[in-house]
Amino acid sequence: MIRVENLTKTFDQFTAVKGISFDVEQGEIFAFLGPNGAGKTTTIKMLTTLLRPTSGAIHLNGLDPWVKQKEARQSFGIVFQDPSLDNEQTAYENMELHGVLYHVPRKVRAERIERLLTTFELWERRNDYAKTFSGGMKRRLEIARGLLHTPKILFLDEPTLGLDPQSRNQLWTHVKHLNETEQTTVFLTTHYMDEADRVAHRIAIMDHGAIVAQGTSAELKERTGSDSLEGAFLALTGESLRDEGADSKDQMRQFAKMWRGR
Amino acid sequence: MGAIYILWLREMKRYIRSRVQIVVSLGQPALYLLALGFGFGPVFQKAGEGSYLQFMAPGVIGMTVLFSSIFSGIAMLWDRQFGFLKETLVAPVPRIQIMIGRTLGGATVAMIQGVLILVICLVAGFRPQHWIAVPAAFVFVMMIAVVFAALGTGIGSIIKDMQGFQLIMNFLVMPIFFLSGALYPLKNLPRVLTWITNADPLSYGVDGLRGVLTGLWAFPYALDVAVLCGLAAVFLTMGAWLFSRIQL
Ligand SMILES: Nc1ncnc2c1ncn2[C@@H]1O[C@H](COP(=O)(O)OP(=O)(O)OP(=O)(O)O)[C@@H](O)[C@H]1O
Ligand SMILES: [Mg+2]
Repeated sequence: MIRVENLTKTFDQFTAVKGISFDVEQGEIFAFLGPNGAGKTTTIKMLTTLLRPTSGAIHLNGLDPWVKQKEARQSFGIVFQDPSLDNEQTAYENMELHGVLYHVPRKVRAERIERLLTTFELWERRNDYAKTFSGGMKRRLEIARGLLHTPKILFLDEPTLGLDPQSRNQLWTHVKHLNETEQTTVFLTTHYMDEADRVAHRIAIMDHGAIVAQGTSAELKERTGSDSLEGAFLALTGESLRDEGADSKDQMRQFAKMWRGR
Repeated sequence: MGAIYILWLREMKRYIRSRVQIVVSLGQPALYLLALGFGFGPVFQKAGEGSYLQFMAPGVIGMTVLFSSIFSGIAMLWDRQFGFLKETLVAPVPRIQIMIGRTLGGATVAMIQGVLILVICLVAGFRPQHWIAVPAAFVFVMMIAVVFAALGTGIGSIIKDMQGFQLIMNFLVMPIFFLSGALYPLKNLPRVLTWITNADPLSYGVDGLRGVLTGLWAFPYALDVAVLCGLAAVFLTMGAWLFSRIQL
């Protein structure tokens, strides 16, 4: 369903993703784990046509998303790591806009919006502006929106960031259900090892732009001789913190870019 | 087509819902009109140029449309920062449709603003040579709106932060306004200034508006129309190209 070969992304001089390869089967839940700055979001951006890879090949559902852009985009749904709602529109309008952009026929649209907003307990608040929502409610709305066009592949970049345990539980239950009933392929990233352990069929661990291990949770634990996924994760990626001083570096980069006009 | 419509509609909703902003954005041109219109009036009259209010009202309409349309394009910066831009960029819709929807939305808002300020001008005492001139002026309002909304979209596709925004406002938008003949006649200017004003797209828009509304032309009528239509085509193409290249 997703096939990636030698995928690389270089920003200026910095290589964020270093020739990674992996396959995700149809109907599989695949978790991408890795410390901050590992390159998870960059990978998702390349898979979802937001960033052009420096080199390497991507196949989504058999299509090269850069060639068959429209078909590829129609086939996936995405929940971004950062917020992406229109705060000046209501929850319903946000859904409606998404439905129109994804060619969901009017009749079906109204039904599905109602069902999804009900599922994520937002129906009562449908006419409130997104800016009046709490962080968790915004997140739920984004997830509901990503499901509106019944995507075959679902990309979830830290979908549970900022959610309370109830919402997290409900979200993963819903994702699992979708995966079982509709065979939706799920590609997720998270920093919560217990979530990955619970929902993912297979896991890839990424560090410094490269995949350092992949397999089932049991395989990873066995390989590292740990009794928890967290233990395996730490054994594979080390204990030191990542991205020190990234802020000032980022600022410099920003500044340099502005003067070069792009 | 659905995509163009829904993004156009979004711009309209944002406009209608931001009542405070409507008042603020009309307040500035109204201030120009009153402070300068009545302030410079006597000097202008003494110089034998007639009524300054008559002269500058079309300029103020042009200014309103300029600010409003270019700003709507640059406002993409906020969509980028609040993240909504991503949602439209991964949608299975050609980028050109997204760009056109946004641009037409911004242009429509600018046209409404232009009409509102025309009404304010009329209330302040401005009199067009003919009532038939008003629909003709609307055509120019439309052209100015499209030209600068498209330019705004192009710029909005490039700038990524507030500094970029300030830079554009101070070094592009303000000069376009001040060097357009909105506030003073374009004749007997120093040679260099004449070159610059002739290179300013808004000069042709303001000239068209003023010509149609008051009968005072600096350029031939056909030149105004040709320049505006040509620039609309160029800026739309350029804007579409820049927009299609956005990566996040
Ligand atoms: N547009 C960009 N320009 C330059 N460098 C970038 C850009 N986007 C990301 N990077 C860098 O690429 C690296 C990988 O970032 P990425 O966002 O993919 O990490 P991540 O694995 O998603 O981390 P996190 O868990 O913190 O979300 C980081 O070092 C980051 O600074
Ligand atoms: Mg990330």
